[in-house]
Amino acid sequence: MRFYSALLHLYPASFRGAYGPEMRGILARRRREASSPLAVAGLWVETLFDVPCHAAAAHWDLLRQDLRYTARSLRRAPAFAATTLVVVALGIGANTAAFSVTDFVLVRPLPFLDPARLVKLWENRPGYPRMEPSPANYRDWKRMTSCFEGMGALYDISVNLVGQGDPVRLEGAAVTADLLPVLGARPLLGRLFTAADDRAGTGGTLLLGYRLWQEEFGGDRTVLGRRVTLDGKPFVVIGIMPPDFHFPSRRALLWTPARFRDQDFLDRDDNWLEVVARLKRGVSLATARAEMGVVAARLERQYPREDAHTGATVITLRDELSEQSRLLLAALFGASLCVLLIACANLASLQLARALERRRELDVRTALGAGRERLVRQLVTESLALAILGGALGVLIAVAAVPLLARLVPAALPIAQAPAIDLRVLAFAGLLTAVTGIAFGLLPALRACRGGDLGGLREGSRAGGGRKERLRAALVVVEVAAAAVLLVSAGLLMRALWRLEATDPGFRAPGLLTLRTALPTPKYESTAQRAAFYGRVLAGVRALPGVSGAAYISFLPLTLRGGVWPVALDGQPVAREAAQAASLRFVTPGYFAAMGIPLRGGRDVSDADTADRPFVAVVSQSFVRRYWPDRDPLGHHFQFAFRDRTVAGVVADVRVRGIERSSEPQVYLPYRQVPDGGLPGYAPKDLVVRSPLGAAALLPPIRAVVRRADPEQPISDVRTMAEIVEEQTAPRSRQARLLGAFAAIAFLLAGVGIHGLLSFAVAQRAREIGVRRALGARSGDILAMVLRRALLTAAAGVIPGLALAYAAARAMAALLAGVQPGDAPTFAAAGLLCLLMTVSGSVVPALRAVRLDPLQVMRTE
Amino acid sequence: MARREIDQMHDDDHDPTEVSPDSLLPLRPAVFHILVALSDADRHGYAIIQDVAARSAGKVRLSAGTLYRSIQHMLEQGLIAETRERPAPELDDERRRYYRITPFGAAVARAEARRLAQLLEMARASGLAPAWGRRS
Repeated sequence: MRFYSALLHLYPASFRGAYGPEMRGILARRRREASSPLAVAGLWVETLFDVPCHAAAAHWDLLRQDLRYTARSLRRAPAFAATTLVVVALGIGANTAAFSVTDFVLVRPLPFLDPARLVKLWENRPGYPRMEPSPANYRDWKRMTSCFEGMGALYDISVNLVGQGDPVRLEGAAVTADLLPVLGARPLLGRLFTAADDRAGTGGTLLLGYRLWQEEFGGDRTVLGRRVTLDGKPFVVIGIMPPDFHFPSRRALLWTPARFRDQDFLDRDDNWLEVVARLKRGVSLATARAEMGVVAARLERQYPREDAHTGATVITLRDELSEQSRLLLAALFGASLCVLLIACANLASLQLARALERRRELDVRTALGAGRERLVRQLVTESLALAILGGALGVLIAVAAVPLLARLVPAALPIAQAPAIDLRVLAFAGLLTAVTGIAFGLLPALRACRGGDLGGLREGSRAGGGRKERLRAALVVVEVAAAAVLLVSAGLLMRALWRLEATDPGFRAPGLLTLRTALPTPKYESTAQRAAFYGRVLAGVRALPGVSGAAYISFLPLTLRGGVWPVALDGQPVAREAAQAASLRFVTPGYFAAMGIPLRGGRDVSDADTADRPFVAVVSQSFVRRYWPDRDPLGHHFQFAFRDRTVAGVVADVRVRGIERSSEPQVYLPYRQVPDGGLPGYAPKDLVVRSPLGAAALLPPIRAVVRRADPEQPISDVRTMAEIVEEQTAPRSRQARLLGAFAAIAFLLAGVGIHGLLSFAVAQRAREIGVRRALGARSGDILAMVLRRALLTAAAGVIPGLALAYAAARAMAALLAGVQPGDAPTFAAAGLLCLLMTVSGSVVPALRAVRLDPLQVMRTE
Repeated sequence: MARREIDQMHDDDHDPTEVSPDSLLPLRPAVFHILVALSDADRHGYAIIQDVAARSAGKVRLSAGTLYRSIQHMLEQGLIAETRERPAPELDDERRRYYRITPFGAAVARAEARRLAQLLEMARASGLAPAWGRRS
């Protein structure tokens, strides 16, 4: 019988209360009447089917009844319903969007086979914990380690594809044959590379990325086996990669075999590979790090000069993401949760007020026999229905917002550009909806249905107890605190953004158009051929109307962080330390003038600086400060990039590595002082053009000039310098704007919360206020009373809120670009805004309190 | 509290005076059986089960779940009512609740019987059911 009683708990409590005892009685009698053990068993089987089926049906009956009731009562309170829907939709929309991006970038496994076992290996040198390994070290690591199932290497390539319509510039990667299997990648069509493809001297082979296959080859399956020309060399297409394969980043559109020449293994200081390995099953990251440490130490003993102070860094592929990108998304997600918290607190407060308004109605229902459980169920159904509707709207908002957030997905990750709203995200939205509905529905429902003393039926009774007011006040305190946290965080990020935007990059970005003409080898292997090309293009561009300067450089500032070489003075051994390194760029004459980089002394490089003349260099002021702090640097020598060079000129510093990073001193070399085929990666390819005309006006004549110089030469990466600078802060500014939007929503909601609380309190205390007025209290006293209440509530929220904000700011210190986590102006501004919010939220209720007519209050009482 | 307001809160409870008996047809078999069982006497739940089983020669055995969900609906629809009259104490069990058919319930039962009879009539006319007195 006890079991049957437990089983009856499947029924709604109201049903169980009404019929449970009789149902137990019936079962007892039927059991007594059962003639055999078989009949008893049959009775139990029947019961086990009967109870769950009818219990589910009884719940369904109640749900339908409650939903009908909900629809009716919401129709009667459209303002309440609309407010709730909007608040829920905003809260859930913001969270779903933030979750989809955060989950996509930070949590979801990378789209490779068993991605947790994939690691990236770097050389660890003083000042450069993630230095690209040299081919020789890669080869030895591969040979000497045993904890990896496989290891592969790659390097970025950029090639001109000619013969498929207009010549185009394509980014890709050269990969060793083992790399793609290490990732667990499979081709969509055709095959992957084999060891035979790696061998130098065989014909080139090529894997196409899905996007390239679709865009340039129209998705034609017969492309397999076709010959295409990259940088003037023939390649045979052997396979197509699937649409979701992106490696090393989504910029890579094609893959060729990485081929090493014997001389690539001679210099361990020639660092240009990326190395990926797969841990053996059961091998931990710590074990791999220990083994790599041992291997690196052995190599250091073996090559004491080249591998001096060279360790190895082992990190999981997922952790390649910079700390800053991680923090940026974490902060965004935290902020969206804050908004949801505020939304829930606000809705709970709204529901409390509504429940009190409906107190009489609920009391009537109680009087008519509805149990407390039944009323709670009704109220929770109502808030859940609202939450589900709001949640559905929220998902629509998220679907619209996700493309806007796509810029927060770092381009360096091997994943697609934009996250999709898939089942996982929908499940999260569903969970949020349920939590939201229960959070803002259950508590007020329990409160509203407590007691059931029918107090509401007595006319004129004070409809809400002091306890409920305290609960609402607590909710408002939570809202104000969360709003303060968001205001401070958004403020600090805004300050950081302004500070970065005000950073002088070292050149005048406005009025600069840039584009890339990457010259292919072997066609342009000889320095003279390249010089001829530059000469024709620069002469043509400079002759265009409105152009005041044009020049070529290896890599524009802010676009490439590498290209750093060791510096040696007067025959001292080359020290491989960050403190002794400088960035290397080749330039054509006129580069500094075109960029607006001030010349501080000496001269620019010139066309007369050829390979048969003394090798010269133009250096930055920071270079001078480091090596000749108190001497005239002109005419001094230093050893750099295989040569002894003389300082011919000094220019101002440029932020080469990025607006937010410190940069090595810069060395600029004349474009003609390089042997044929030497330093091919540094051949000037980025053209800068200074002109007040826009890109639209400049580009067609520039294209014509380039076409005249070489009809097969593609143009790529057309951008203004201002765009390049802006891109530096784009994720930040997007994030700051988003957080600002969140803070604005929070500010508004908290203001509404204060307004609601005070309106409620004034209505509750109408009688008390009336008595005070009757006893001679002046308007000022009443006003002060209401305002004091508002300010105390706000203070109770603002003080812990600011403390929390300080903790949050410290956690995201890396995002603040030097702005202090306790930045006084930001905190003061946030505090002032909270005060403003409090005062503006309390104006209407305060005025209402002042206008209360004591006589009328007494009469209605 | 105005009567209208209370009605709005409980509009699932049909007011028997306003609802036509035909609007509830066809009845679910369990509901019809219960109405028949209550047509000659007030009964408690178990007695209804026994009466239905007896009238149907043991073919229809209502389960407790079917019985009480039907009773709940029938109470809401005003087909039956709980009665306060109880049998002599020596025959009574205080857990039991007794139900009585309402005039509306009786009207609905009659309407359902009429509907079933018409159906049967139609079946006979097409030779699908035996005619009176000609048992095969």
